[in-house]
Amino acid sequence: MLAQVDFVPVATPTVVWAGLVPLMVLGGGAVLLVMFRSVVKRLPTDYESWVTTALGPVTVVAAYVLGGVAGQDLPLSGVRSNVGDGWFYLGFLVVLAVSALLVWSLDIGLDTAFTVGVAVTTLSATWMLWGDRVMVDGAFNSIGEQLGVDGFSIVFTGIMAVAVGLTALLLDDYIEREGVGGVEMYVLLMLSAAGGVVMASANDLIVLFLGIETLSIAAYVLAAMHSKRLESLEAGLKYFVLGAFSSAFLLYGIAFVYGATGSTNLIAIRTFLDANTLTDDGMLLAGFGLMLVGLGFKVAAVPFHAWTPDVYQGAPTPVVAYMASAVKAAGFAALVRVFVVTFGAYRLDWQPAVYVLAILTLVTGSVLAVVQRDAKRMLAYSSISHAGFILVGVQAATSRGTAAVVFYALAYTFLVIGSFGVLTAVSGQGDRATTLEDLDGLADRRPALALAFTIFLLAQAGVPLTTGFVAKLEVIGAAVEAHSYWLALIAMLTATVSAFLYLRIVLAMYVGKSSEEALAAPRARIPTAVILVIGIAFVVTVGFGIIPDPIDQLARDAVPQLVASG
Amino acid sequence: MLLNQFLLLAAVLFCIGVYGVLVRRNGMLVLMSIEIILNAVNINLVAFGALTDNVGGEVFALFAIAVAAAEVGIGLAIVLLMYRNRRSIDLSEADLLKG
Repeated sequence: MLAQVDFVPVATPTVVWAGLVPLMVLGGGAVLLVMFRSVVKRLPTDYESWVTTALGPVTVVAAYVLGGVAGQDLPLSGVRSNVGDGWFYLGFLVVLAVSALLVWSLDIGLDTAFTVGVAVTTLSATWMLWGDRVMVDGAFNSIGEQLGVDGFSIVFTGIMAVAVGLTALLLDDYIEREGVGGVEMYVLLMLSAAGGVVMASANDLIVLFLGIETLSIAAYVLAAMHSKRLESLEAGLKYFVLGAFSSAFLLYGIAFVYGATGSTNLIAIRTFLDANTLTDDGMLLAGFGLMLVGLGFKVAAVPFHAWTPDVYQGAPTPVVAYMASAVKAAGFAALVRVFVVTFGAYRLDWQPAVYVLAILTLVTGSVLAVVQRDAKRMLAYSSISHAGFILVGVQAATSRGTAAVVFYALAYTFLVIGSFGVLTAVSGQGDRATTLEDLDGLADRRPALALAFTIFLLAQAGVPLTTGFVAKLEVIGAAVEAHSYWLALIAMLTATVSAFLYLRIVLAMYVGKSSEEALAAPRARIPTAVILVIGIAFVVTVGFGIIPDPIDQLARDAVPQLVASG
Repeated sequence: MLLNQFLLLAAVLFCIGVYGVLVRRNGMLVLMSIEIILNAVNINLVAFGALTDNVGGEVFALFAIAVAAAEVGIGLAIVLLMYRNRRSIDLSEADLLKG
């Protein structure tokens, strides 16, 4: 009987596993960690520190092997080509020893070490994908036509990995200090970043939507994680309600675009839009509008920004660092992928809407930031004004505009994580001491922290010799090239206005007098991991501010592409 | 045409949902309003899928249902946490954060 049944082969997509390595490392890392911790609640202290130190060399090996897989598509072939070379083994041993020493001297917990290891491995895989595949053979699809791997998606994958690693280092001491959360924060962090990676490389609106939801749902929980602060719960609640609301708008927009073009695949949609001019395009335009609303919520563009100040103020400070860097970057990656690349043929229809959004975002962000009294709230409004700058780059809808978006997202990631890293260090037990009064006289109490914060704030204001300046220059240059002169002018003017806000914080730190209690309070130890985060952010901000060419070249090479596989 | 009726139904449901989110202050009703919006979208997706005769729309609707379930799970947890802390799920009472 069975032999007579005709088998109809099910069409299966071609899968290029190499392109999936970063995504699988992030997602698989999260699953591994949560499985491990659900079986082993706590190792005896001695073992815990041994295992943690051992994670350093393990990370190096994993980064080497998985990076090789991503670059060569053949497991271990990267290792084999070097085998037999004595210097290779010696060098590898030295790197292993240094990594163990580094982890040991950082004095971090097992969960943090694991998460940082996952981030490093992801970065290594993205590096190999970039250098050995995309820059050599060009962009390709990793699963059928659903997920694309191109320079653009790889750079944003790297941004996600950086944000996860640095945030995990900030979380290490925070969790202990506040006595909240635990391993679930790291797991949610990695899962959320995996969603961001999916968003940045989606070639299909279904995949894009799934990525956004994975990113957001984990972020809602992270925002509400500080169970001892009612503000944190409230932040989570507001973030959830407005986030879910905006996802629904996005979905409604996707449904209209699907109805108008007959496909959810970005490649098919672009081919359709390039080839056909719709006589009745109301449905398509409604879809554009609703999708813009949905993505506008995610990147905090005015008038969809109402949640940002509340959520940034209430959520745990390290989580805010992650939200301001990774969540925003992923939102812009999706915006560029969908609007600039896919809907490029209809750019004359959506550009005016983005133009208006950018102006509103720039003006509102910089003006309202000035009147705030809480540093986290101020930085929330400043992040809104940064979103406005990135929107200026999106509005240009040119390759230069896209490069400017990539550059800005890269620069802003380090800037904002550094800023919130400083705030994590000074916010004190209970994560409350973030008002301007609390920052008064910080330069006397903590000269190094105050100096680092000053540099980050000046960079956000766009002072030369920092990445912030180059980023603003690129964006405005792209706007001028696209003949959006008024937009460029307004961007420059609001940059001046927002400089006032950053100088206000700097002034409080250097001129203000420390309150009695701040002076009387015992000098808290700043953990090495937090210093490392601030140091990395500082070096990147100043270093690439003086020599911006490497990042500039990276941003220009990070071209978003939709590859139709034959 | 038949499609218009589906789209109209979806649009009406969508508006009811948006109205609910904007006006209702009860956390539970806001969650339900969001569900109504998502289901309005599902009607749209299935209608378009049937019209263009490809399964993309139906597949998308299935994904949307799964995602909505995950989302409402998190939402209920957060609302429950709010009830435990305040003995109320009135969203207008959540006003600790302001500038």
